[in-house]
Amino acid sequence: MSRFSGLYDNSREVRNYELGLSRKVLFVVACIIMAVIALGLEICLGKAGIGFVEAYSIIWDHITGNIPTDPAGIQKDEIVWNLRIPRALGAFCIGMTLAVCGAAMQSIMKNPLADPYTTGISSGAGFGAILAIALGFCIVPGVVGYNAIVINAFVFSLIPTASIILISRLKNANPTTMILTGLGVMYAFSSMTSLLMLVADPQDHKTAYVWNIGTVGAITWDNLIFVIVAAVIAVGFMQYMAKIINILAMSDSNARALGVDANRMRIYILIVTAVTVAMAVSFTGSIGFIGLLAPHMVRIFIGSDNRYLIPASAAFGGMLLLYSDCVAKSIGVTGVPVGVITAAIGGPLFLYVLFKHRKKIWS
Amino acid sequence: MRIKIEDLEFNYSSTPVLHDVVLDLDGAQFISVIGPNGVGKSTLIHCMNKVLKPTHGTVLVNDTDLSEMKLKDVAKIVGYVPYTSSDTFPLTVVDTVLMGRSPHTGWKPKAKDLDIVYSILKMLSIDHLADRPFNELSAGQHQKVMLARGLAQDPEILLLDEPTSNLDIRHQLEVTSILRELSLHRDMLVIMISHDINIAAKFSDRMILLKEGTIYAAGAPEEVVTADNIREVYGVDCEIMVSDGRPHVILKMPVGWEEQLKKLSMPPKEGTV
Repeated sequence: MSRFSGLYDNSREVRNYELGLSRKVLFVVACIIMAVIALGLEICLGKAGIGFVEAYSIIWDHITGNIPTDPAGIQKDEIVWNLRIPRALGAFCIGMTLAVCGAAMQSIMKNPLADPYTTGISSGAGFGAILAIALGFCIVPGVVGYNAIVINAFVFSLIPTASIILISRLKNANPTTMILTGLGVMYAFSSMTSLLMLVADPQDHKTAYVWNIGTVGAITWDNLIFVIVAAVIAVGFMQYMAKIINILAMSDSNARALGVDANRMRIYILIVTAVTVAMAVSFTGSIGFIGLLAPHMVRIFIGSDNRYLIPASAAFGGMLLLYSDCVAKSIGVTGVPVGVITAAIGGPLFLYVLFKHRKKIWS
Repeated sequence: MRIKIEDLEFNYSSTPVLHDVVLDLDGAQFISVIGPNGVGKSTLIHCMNKVLKPTHGTVLVNDTDLSEMKLKDVAKIVGYVPYTSSDTFPLTVVDTVLMGRSPHTGWKPKAKDLDIVYSILKMLSIDHLADRPFNELSAGQHQKVMLARGLAQDPEILLLDEPTSNLDIRHQLEVTSILRELSLHRDMLVIMISHDINIAAKFSDRMILLKEGTIYAAGAPEEVVTADNIREVYGVDCEIMVSDGRPHVILKMPVGWEEQLKKLSMPPKEGTV
């Protein structure tokens, strides 16, 4: 029994607090509903001349085994089932992964500018990709083409986080040291990437450039499973750690005094971030901005309690990437990489919300 | 409740901070730790709840060696109120104080935890701030919220790092007397770092005076707060009055202040004005 329980009648306050919580839960539910709508929209939109309702009847026909036999029907089934659905699910999962890892990174680095790439994941991935694109080199011998890019990107994107963990073992590293180490590794990779770009064939430049911006068009049924696994691990783990992430946002001595081994927990979260984000973006390239923006947008509405911030960020990030991709594939003749659109839509939207709500969410 | 320290030594990399600290604090009481800046007061209390690991020596809490205890189990027994706390992403006051419950709870705080938190807020008269964001409070309100968080740990032993440094005189008296009440009526061992010798002497059962990384004097306020000790440890001349049976320091001037003053009153070199 606590020294301080039963001193006063707090039933009214407790009820009010729980009412406040249900408001946050409501926001999370609203984000999930909007994300599901976005998922539906993404499947319907495209240049193949397939209508809104038609897209769903094609899906229904496919599920019920009623696949058309005429060439036009086969083509439409192919487009909806094998291109649009994996792309939509992939975009949703990648958006979720980036957003929850961004939310966690901002708290554990105690820095509103942190995002999933703060530790240098994207620079490592970029270098791995250009190695495959320009030199045809893959660290697993015999693999070529798109698979070589994916494998290289995955392996090299883990190097910056590995260096950070190594350094924090030698020296009891605080978040600032970690961010600076990430920056150091990032510049090293960037310079090597630039060097390879200089000697690369001009044809490869575009491939490398598009990869760096990030596009979800490369998600197929074959690689979707990795992207889904990454999202499940990222969202599940960060949600499980939410209370500890709240405590890590304070000073490390405060965290220890509340029974949390700050250094160890921070490293666990860094490892999960590195692996899941690498799994997600190796297939698509480093899609920027979602991981920085989605958590901040959510903070403005429901505050920074990670127990609610993380699920809401997941739904919001998934939704944001889906809507961005809806726009991205509607532009021009062939569409543009979604990375271009996330920043173009997200930036102004973020500024609008930021200035509309004058509440201080960062100190 | 008991904290026993044997031959404690603590070095930051190679800079020695604490050495030869021997201490045995047993039972509910209110203890003040005083001493000049940089003498190792904060380091000493950080060694009492495993925030820092001593370089040498042992710290026993309730007769168990801290080095053999899990951080979470330490946090259930020893509460901590930091000097300052700045959150990059501030929560509301309730959620900040609720974090103090975290050693005792799982993922979701229960109604029982909320009841404890609201009771503590009412006890400290800050319940009207419950839904305000932590970063919008005044410095004094910050300190009361941090005190509330330490109490929410429901500790037998409470460590406080200058809990009244940002408070006005009324709130200083209020908070310090609350700490004494806690030790008297809630059966707690309260250990507070303070720079205000008079307030510490007015309320404490015992005082510990640190000098150059080790204990210089310890005991009842009238034994520790003497003109000789203050001169020796702080380098300040003073006069001690007795008020309500407690020593009260009347400050004179720093030892050797004439020398310092001479430097200030030297005429400026030619050409510099």
